[in-house]
Amino acid sequence: MEKGKNYILGVFSDEDILLTAIPQIRESGIKIEEVFSPYPVHGIDDVLGYKRSKLPIAAFLFGMLGTALALVMQFWMMGVDWPMIIGGKNFASLPTFVPVTFELTVLIGSLGMVGVFFVISDLKPYAKPKIFDLRITDDKLVMAIDLAVNKMDKAEIVKLLQTSGADEINEKSFED
Amino acid sequence: MEVISPLRTPLVTGGKTVADVTEDICKRIEAKPPKTWLLALTVSGVVLLLGLYALVITVWEGIGVWGLNKTVEWAWDITNFVWWVGIGHAGTLISAILLLFRQKWRMSINRSAEAMTIFAVICAALFPLVHMGRLWVGFYWVLPLPNTFGSLWVNFNSPLLWDVFAISTYFTVSLVFWYIGLIPDFATIRDRATNNISKAIYGALSFGWTGGAKAWSRYETVSLILAGLATPLVLSVHTIVSFDFATSVIPGWHTTIFPPYFVAGAIFSGFAMVLTLLLITRKVYKLEDYITIQHIEMMNIIIIVTGSIVGVAYLTELFMAWYSGVPAEQYAFYNRALGPYAWAYWIMMTCNVISPQLFWFKKIRTSLWATFILSIVVNIGMWFERFVIIVTSLHRDFLPSSWAMFYPTLYDVGVYLFTFGLFFTLFFLFAKFFPVVNMAEMKSILKSESSTAKALK
Repeated sequence: MEKGKNYILGVFSDEDILLTAIPQIRESGIKIEEVFSPYPVHGIDDVLGYKRSKLPIAAFLFGMLGTALALVMQFWMMGVDWPMIIGGKNFASLPTFVPVTFELTVLIGSLGMVGVFFVISDLKPYAKPKIFDLRITDDKLVMAIDLAVNKMDKAEIVKLLQTSGADEINEKSFED
Repeated sequence: MEVISPLRTPLVTGGKTVADVTEDICKRIEAKPPKTWLLALTVSGVVLLLGLYALVITVWEGIGVWGLNKTVEWAWDITNFVWWVGIGHAGTLISAILLLFRQKWRMSINRSAEAMTIFAVICAALFPLVHMGRLWVGFYWVLPLPNTFGSLWVNFNSPLLWDVFAISTYFTVSLVFWYIGLIPDFATIRDRATNNISKAIYGALSFGWTGGAKAWSRYETVSLILAGLATPLVLSVHTIVSFDFATSVIPGWHTTIFPPYFVAGAIFSGFAMVLTLLLITRKVYKLEDYITIQHIEMMNIIIIVTGSIVGVAYLTELFMAWYSGVPAEQYAFYNRALGPYAWAYWIMMTCNVISPQLFWFKKIRTSLWATFILSIVVNIGMWFERFVIIVTSLHRDFLPSSWAMFYPTLYDVGVYLFTFGLFFTLFFLFAKFFPVVNMAEMKSILKSESSTAKALK
């Protein structure tokens, strides 16, 4: 076998066959590296055993940060640092601070969450992605199985993929 | 696992497969630019350059070259600003609010509608920037930055400052939302690319997307949360724009009805612009199987709803002016409907209240030509709405000796033309180099919503 990382790829063309194939493969003790698809397949995270993303928590925390920053900034600037009489109103009054507070909550909440999403998913303009199959972004659903982590014989994995409904079975190696 | 709703009409017709979606959308990007596109780009480029002359003169000489006077110190600039921001609203409504309501018909139109939002907000932001005169200093005057000016900080009590935050947040979040959706589609183009230049460009744009299940799961979470954040945002933006007027004491502006009335008007004009653009894109790109008559009908229904809300708001304004018993308020509305700007008021009434009611007839709302013409009529009407609100309230102010009329100069027209040139140039570039339909989302509904799936059931 060649050096680097070697994968067996099960290529599917129907999402429903894929969704029934994944549990079969996993039950037989094979560890699936990842399943790639051109569009989000609903229910795939459940069969792959993925936990729900914690990104909403990140969004909430960043949003709260935005709220806090906006309020501190406005109260400090208008009420403490340089108080000015504007229309005879209070120096610092919460109601007029609501719009800016809301906007900064949304701004920092969404930018923070998207930033976290980019970092944890390793999405960046200069990324060198591992492309298992060029048809993944077109119309094929591809299940990648890492040969190094699975003790099972290669022929056995191929057989399992065949019985579970894969249209094609390919191999792919990356030099790492 | 399969969920099919046989009762609903298919959203994708023509027996399209997943591979067809990729092919239909990508082939336009990969092909050499067609002559019609080059012609359209040239026309918008010429308009852009003509307008640029007016813009440069405005910045060089100052806004004295506009037709503003001491009485009417806000006119076309703010009219155009509110008009463009309003147009932007449809994109976010389609991509955020319709996502929360799980309206699958949004999927084939959201990409271009969001692009329209972003370009419209760029055009809108230009007007307050230019109106500041020396925009290079104005740009940082409006931000709360440490400085040594007389009043140390910006005034957080002012709705004009709220607008700065609202518009910049709206622009940033819309751009991010749009870009997140584009990433998987850029990856599709990257994987199809045959030459190294497009491979490198789309490779960088796609951020190394591979379509793993984990990434998709996060992507869907991010989209949902962004939609949740963008939903109050889209309602807040025009609310805050309306505060620019509603928190003043000018008769005709000082009303609590303004926020909902402006939001409805914004969505109304935005959908009209989406229809204008999409009817052309659909024809040129042969997207009839993705943007079906049903999609157009749905958008026309939203136009009837929001147009009727706008109509009710006009009547409520008139009623409240009379019922308030405030002579200044009553005169402002009398003057609108019967004064020297009555022509503008009645153009507004005809275009916004009467003409969209034609969409009650199914024949009209499913007719492409009628929709196209009415979508332009609505946008003319919505421009006049802002003009009427702004200019008629100002031109006869509290002191009759200072009453005046507003006459636009060539520079007013020129700067407005510039934004048209900019908007269409950006849209044409988008239509050529970006996927005009969200391929990933379209593929995800093919199994349940396409005509082939419906036929199997």
